[in-house]
Amino acid sequence: MKRFLGFVRKEFIHIFRDVRTLVIIFGIPAIMIILFGYVVSTDLKDASLAFLDLSKDDVTSELIERTCSSDFFRKTADLSGYHDVDRVLRSGKAKVVIVFGENFGRNLESGKNASLSIIADGSEPNTAALVSAYANAIISGFSQLSVPAGQASIPVIVPEVRMFYNPSLKSQFMFVPGVITMVLTLICALMTSITLTREKEFGTMEVLLVSPLKPVQIILGKVTPYFFLSIVNVVTILVLSRLVFGLPVKGSLILLLAESMLYIFLSLSIGILISAVAKTMQQAIFISLVGMMLPTVLLSGFIFPIENMPKIYDWVSSVVLPPRYFIVIIKNIMIKGTGFAHVCKETLILILMTVIMMGLAVRKFSIRLQ
Amino acid sequence: MNRKTVIKVRELVKKFGSFVANDKLSFDVYEGEIFGFLGANGAGKTTAIRILTGLLEPTSGEVMVAGFDACRQPEEIKKNIGYMCQKFSLYEDLTIRENIMLYGGIYGLDRKTIKERTERLLDKLRFREYGDRLISALPLGLKQKLAFSVAVFHEPRIVFLDEPTGGVDPLTRRQFWEMIYETASAGITVFVTTHYMDEAEYCDRISIMSDGRIVALDTPSELKRKYDARSVEDVFVKIARPGMKHSQETVAINGLG
Repeated sequence: MKRFLGFVRKEFIHIFRDVRTLVIIFGIPAIMIILFGYVVSTDLKDASLAFLDLSKDDVTSELIERTCSSDFFRKTADLSGYHDVDRVLRSGKAKVVIVFGENFGRNLESGKNASLSIIADGSEPNTAALVSAYANAIISGFSQLSVPAGQASIPVIVPEVRMFYNPSLKSQFMFVPGVITMVLTLICALMTSITLTREKEFGTMEVLLVSPLKPVQIILGKVTPYFFLSIVNVVTILVLSRLVFGLPVKGSLILLLAESMLYIFLSLSIGILISAVAKTMQQAIFISLVGMMLPTVLLSGFIFPIENMPKIYDWVSSVVLPPRYFIVIIKNIMIKGTGFAHVCKETLILILMTVIMMGLAVRKFSIRLQ
Repeated sequence: MNRKTVIKVRELVKKFGSFVANDKLSFDVYEGEIFGFLGANGAGKTTAIRILTGLLEPTSGEVMVAGFDACRQPEEIKKNIGYMCQKFSLYEDLTIRENIMLYGGIYGLDRKTIKERTERLLDKLRFREYGDRLISALPLGLKQKLAFSVAVFHEPRIVFLDEPTGGVDPLTRRQFWEMIYETASAGITVFVTTHYMDEAEYCDRISIMSDGRIVALDTPSELKRKYDARSVEDVFVKIARPGMKHSQETVAINGLG
């Protein structure tokens, strides 16, 4: 045990003395949170908006005021005719133009067809869809307030499903579970495989194997620090997302941490497995990044919903991609606040995968010693 | 010779598939001697060392190291040997003291013993001012000497040196061999492989391997007399050459050392 502890201590020294490792372990979680929270945010803020008001009555001016008083839009121009619409969109002065038809207010009040169009700059499809949806939401909100039922001539927005759990439509809420998954995959699988292959490459592994340390002790000694640092990271991300974005953990924190530990075990086993296969650090990095990180980002449902993928991807990722289950688990616990019963299936799948991966890792490692 | 035997090998065979890496090796190594283990690349030296250090299991034959059976008690063997390989084996991002503390700890020495021996060692090597420097800041020669000192730090019965002086300048090699002599005179058996034939002359006895077999084993002077050669290098060329071509082919095919 004393031998083992000395060995663990040495691994901590490696980590804390190497700036690059430190940056990856502590910098990346913070960077990712900020990156996904602010920069890659799919939320709308201060989108430039222009009005073409051919009616100029009380209703339209109230609608304009209402739209501009939200944080989502900023009025950049008042247009005088249709010929201006193309100009402001082309010049990028506005991302969306709202056009009120003639006699808008009167037609609305008398129940006739009040014409309103939302023209968005389709060269950025995502933004366009988002902008028009927001504008639509604000205006239909107004129409429900001011117009008696049955008379609404303005389209009523079909609310997105995610609004239900994310009433303020904050995309950060959706990213935090993904970021936790990515960080754990990165630290556990990538860093573990690197640190183990480094010993191989530098020849120190041979000396360790000749020493009285058992192979199991060597592996455990190498991964123990990463296990603790991963837990620290999960907590850091939770605290950050709480402080910066006000995202609370709705469900049980203990359950969340327990599930995280399970996923950490799984990722560590994958890291050990990678190191047993890879001969050099470059190989280990390549396998981890292409084999684990890319699929985690692209196929696990973190950014692109699995429901929208071709069925074959769905099947493939359900077999070989542990992160997708983990993302579901944290989303459920953090955002919906569900208990263990609702993540039971995913947890069992992760446990099964962990057992298989650990078995393979141990087997591979001992074969390599022969 | 009535000295104590610390390594006893009888009819050792190691096969990888159909390739025979070690073919019926039999030899003894005595306590406190410097035993040179020579052979061309691919002759089977590394395989033999791996078996002696408990990393590989022999296919058949008897192997006793420090009084323990290599098949049944590899863990006991590991406690009683030291090992230094050609690839430099200390941690570059740890200081000298930390490296010593780590290896001392791995071999089960207590903190106090480690501290005392560390100070003694730093004094002996005149390394005192380097004690808290990172290994990466040291020149290769110093690193190599240090790696050797760490390999014998826990005072093992046998120390295995696998091409310890590769890439080191002649002066450092000279100093390195002085350290080896000192270690041997303290009763630690030194089992060393090398490609430098002048180093082979420093050994008490040498064995020369070719194609998985030991083709010669004696003192350097006796071998020179027997093969009518001026130096160990001549002996080596005379007896190792016939097999060299063949052995290199097998290396190319099997990728085994």
